[in-house]
Amino acid sequence: MELLMASGVGVLTMVGVYLILRARTFPVVLGLTFLSYAVNLFLFAMGRLAVGRPPILDPEATGYTDPLPQALVLTAIVISFGMTALLVVLALRGYLETGQDHVDGRVRSEGDAP
Amino acid sequence: MRLALIALLPFLGAVLPPLVIRAGRNTCAAVTFCVTLAALALLLVQAPSVLRGEAVAAAVSWAPQLGLELAFLVDGYGLFMAFLILAIGLLVIVYARFYLGRDDPMGRFYAYLLLFQGAMLGIVLADNVVLLLVFWELTSLASFLLIGYWRHLPEGRQGARMALIVTGAGGLSLVAGMLLLGEAAGSWRLSEILVRGELVRASPLYLPALLLILGGAFTKSAQFPFHFWLPHAMAAPTPVSAYLHSATMVKAGIFLLGRLWPVLSGTEAWFLIVTGTGLVTMLVGAWIALFKDDLKALLAFSTVSHLGLVTMLFGMGTRIAAVAAVLHILNHATFKAALFLTAGIIDHEAGTRDAKRLGGLLRLMPITGTLATIAAAAMAGVPLLNGFLSKEMMLEAAAHTDYAGLPWLVPVLATTGALLSVAYAARYVGHVFLGPVRRDYPHRPHDPPAGMWLPVAILVIPVVAIGIAPPLAEPVVDLAAAAVTGGELPDYHLALWHGPTPALLMSAVAFMGGFLLFLAFRPIQALRLRLPRPEAKAMFERTVGAAVAAARLTTERLHDGSLQRSLLAAILVMLALGIFGFLSGNHTPGDRRLLPMSFPALALWLLAVGAALAVLVRHRHRLVALVLTSVVGLVVSLAFVYFSAPDLALTQLSVEVVTTILMLLALNYLPQTTPPEPSARRSARDLGIAGACGLGIGSALYAVLTRDPSATIATFHLAEAKPGGGGTNVVNVILVDFRGYDTFGEIIVLGIAALAIAALLESALSGASGQRLTGLPGRLEAREAHPLLLVVVTRVLLPLALTVGLFILLRGHNQPGGGFIAGLVIGTALIMQHMASGFAWAEQRFPLDHHALIGAGVLVAGLTGIGAWYFDRPFLTSSHGHFHLPLLGEIELATAMAFDLGVFLTVVGVVMLTLAKLAAIGRKAEPHEPPSVSMDIVLVETGPAEAATRQEA
Repeated sequence: MELLMASGVGVLTMVGVYLILRARTFPVVLGLTFLSYAVNLFLFAMGRLAVGRPPILDPEATGYTDPLPQALVLTAIVISFGMTALLVVLALRGYLETGQDHVDGRVRSEGDAP
Repeated sequence: MRLALIALLPFLGAVLPPLVIRAGRNTCAAVTFCVTLAALALLLVQAPSVLRGEAVAAAVSWAPQLGLELAFLVDGYGLFMAFLILAIGLLVIVYARFYLGRDDPMGRFYAYLLLFQGAMLGIVLADNVVLLLVFWELTSLASFLLIGYWRHLPEGRQGARMALIVTGAGGLSLVAGMLLLGEAAGSWRLSEILVRGELVRASPLYLPALLLILGGAFTKSAQFPFHFWLPHAMAAPTPVSAYLHSATMVKAGIFLLGRLWPVLSGTEAWFLIVTGTGLVTMLVGAWIALFKDDLKALLAFSTVSHLGLVTMLFGMGTRIAAVAAVLHILNHATFKAALFLTAGIIDHEAGTRDAKRLGGLLRLMPITGTLATIAAAAMAGVPLLNGFLSKEMMLEAAAHTDYAGLPWLVPVLATTGALLSVAYAARYVGHVFLGPVRRDYPHRPHDPPAGMWLPVAILVIPVVAIGIAPPLAEPVVDLAAAAVTGGELPDYHLALWHGPTPALLMSAVAFMGGFLLFLAFRPIQALRLRLPRPEAKAMFERTVGAAVAAARLTTERLHDGSLQRSLLAAILVMLALGIFGFLSGNHTPGDRRLLPMSFPALALWLLAVGAALAVLVRHRHRLVALVLTSVVGLVVSLAFVYFSAPDLALTQLSVEVVTTILMLLALNYLPQTTPPEPSARRSARDLGIAGACGLGIGSALYAVLTRDPSATIATFHLAEAKPGGGGTNVVNVILVDFRGYDTFGEIIVLGIAALAIAALLESALSGASGQRLTGLPGRLEAREAHPLLLVVVTRVLLPLALTVGLFILLRGHNQPGGGFIAGLVIGTALIMQHMASGFAWAEQRFPLDHHALIGAGVLVAGLTGIGAWYFDRPFLTSSHGHFHLPLLGEIELATAMAFDLGVFLTVVGVVMLTLAKLAAIGRKAEPHEPPSVSMDIVLVETGPAEAATRQEA
């Protein structure tokens, strides 16, 4: 099971890194989303993997998984949402303002093919 | 605290003038005057103890480990300087009331003046090196504002910029120097550093510290070769020139030389640098001053020259020279301020301050003329005036100074300086006030109102009084000089007649030579015009221009606007660090017992990895990529469910929904596809880098997962959640209680992000972006904007969704749920209404002020935290207890739940605000919104006839 988790996070990281190196805004935003998934899972897994042991206090429970990484990741998820929203809107505004969505530093006139 | 108030009072008072200017110019000036007077009174309260020889000190600690404290000290030297600053300040305030024109914004002027005054008082009273530096920078800023006060004058703006750059650069040098000094002395207290002179001089840091400190002092006090900024600062209104650029601010550098005299002086380096610089400055300034026709420029260069004189005296390093320096600071402040003010009067009344267009003014403005002549005579060093005393002492000290093995050098040059001083003072009087009355003045000159000449007269009183009765100045000079020299004073006394000394001879030579020079002014001027004269301003502008060009070139080379390049650099560095870490560690397998693989997990893994790889391949089709991305997000939330994290799963799921809606809305106005990659090699390279990153992260994670944690604080959280936090959902208790401060910060960040989004989108409706929005190409759209089925289903779901949301909020403390999740759920429920029935329709029915919602959320959370203060507990301490509620029975409530309510409100506000603003964009792009009324299903009993008419309508 650990191998699945580790390899999954690895694949998500790869896709994320590849996408943030693209030349347009939208793939970069998607890439950041992928990186958020990967990072959140990575942090979460720092508490090690456990099945059927949620950190909800219960007299009948046999044990609990580490709650702290979960709390940290919960805020991380919400913050990634805020960041993604801001970036998407920034990309949109940039596109509307300039008529192009490059992030590779090349300035093109509006008439050029996108 | 009363000591700190002396310096802080002007800062506090600086808000008053702009406020009371509505009550009239007199009130404005009077208020400023009173603020200064109050500071002076506070200062004089300290005077008796200082006169008894006790320095008064007070300190408020801030970060004692770093040596940061609000420490003030009033000793003889500080008292002397502070008195000069405040007393001359009072006169300048009165003068400025009459000097400023009707159109000049007087409130702003007095506010800046008070800022400056406070900063200057801070410098002379600070007992902490760092505090002194702060005030030092503040004087540069206040000076910038005052020089550029007449914003419409280009000279004013240029002069202000030049002054700021030169004194600002010097300030940086001083910061470094003072830090080295503090390091060498082992203390940040000025009063402690002052008694550790030997320690500092023996330290290897002494020379660098000295050079850097002198860099700061010389730029501030306009010493050669930094003297060029001072004359350009004269674009300021004349009261400013009189106050800042002759009497006080330029004295800051000299003040510092005097303050640090016991620590830094007495070495060969100090003597050679300081005396040499002072001597050169004195000569250069005086030489240029002689040929200036603009009266203010003449006075400005003469100020440079006199500052050089004081610097030279401090440089000599003998006690008697230090006494002479203090005396000259006093004398120069009085006569030079008076001269500047008379120059202002001439400019004001005659309409020009060009010496070539003036002459004969003594007869037209007798009061001003007399006062100016006395002050100018003092500047020349005429006996019976105060300038004579300090000049004699200077010449006497110079006569005994052997510079670099040349015993004649300093005496000869000092005499030359005095000679030039006589010549330009004679010009100031001779070419302006004497001579025949002319007919071509721009205005008809006459004496100004008393408010303008009275301050000059008051300044002239000490000029004459000290000149006639030198012992009058002795107690003041003793007091200040004793503080400079560290207690011991040489045996001296101020007197008019010391017998036939070398100084007397040098003085006589200076007078005769100066007078001859004045008589031969025209031919000498013609000679000078033929000599090359370096233009400091042009050189300065060229230097600044070159620096700007170099900075721009560097920036453009390093940062060409390509995000790819910056990210690539960052990623490669991280990769390199990772590889380094991998190579330098050991690679034994872990020994943790692993979980068995299960079929559903494998299926989900295949789904996520497949979707992710599909995105990699198909990312150019943006909609497809977006859908596949959300598939990955769903698998992530399922992974959270599987691995015992129900809260995370709920959060991830609701975030996924909101994010996807948001991205879809945005994608609507963005290009639908990404154009193909220009270079396959580049894609392959990026894929290689990305693969390496993925491999690294994956293996690192595997390494962690196969090992047991060494120690964890989880046990604390699990044990304390119920007794300490009053909840059984440990994750939620951590969020709202143990780490409540983090969460509080987080909702604030979230709120700020939403406000930034709102601002970005609101302003997108106009300008270039607005035009582009209306001109967007038509897209394939559903024929029905609001499908009936969707409308009905969402409306039926709404109460359910709201109930679920509230349920999740309320149970969050004990069961999976909480403010974040509830906020997202309810936000989603409301958005569904907007999407199904249109934003106009929904906004009519849910008139929520989203901004207010965010604010209310942060407030509720914050107030809950503050509530703890009433029980003498730290911020955000929670408490909980059992309550008996009617109907519901026994219930357990925790204050943390109120905090969670704040989180909930903020999240709802953030979600709604973001989407509402995106919807507004949509309305601009597609204005053909269908009428909203048709979507409400009206339930009225109608007869068949009526129904028919309704149908027709």
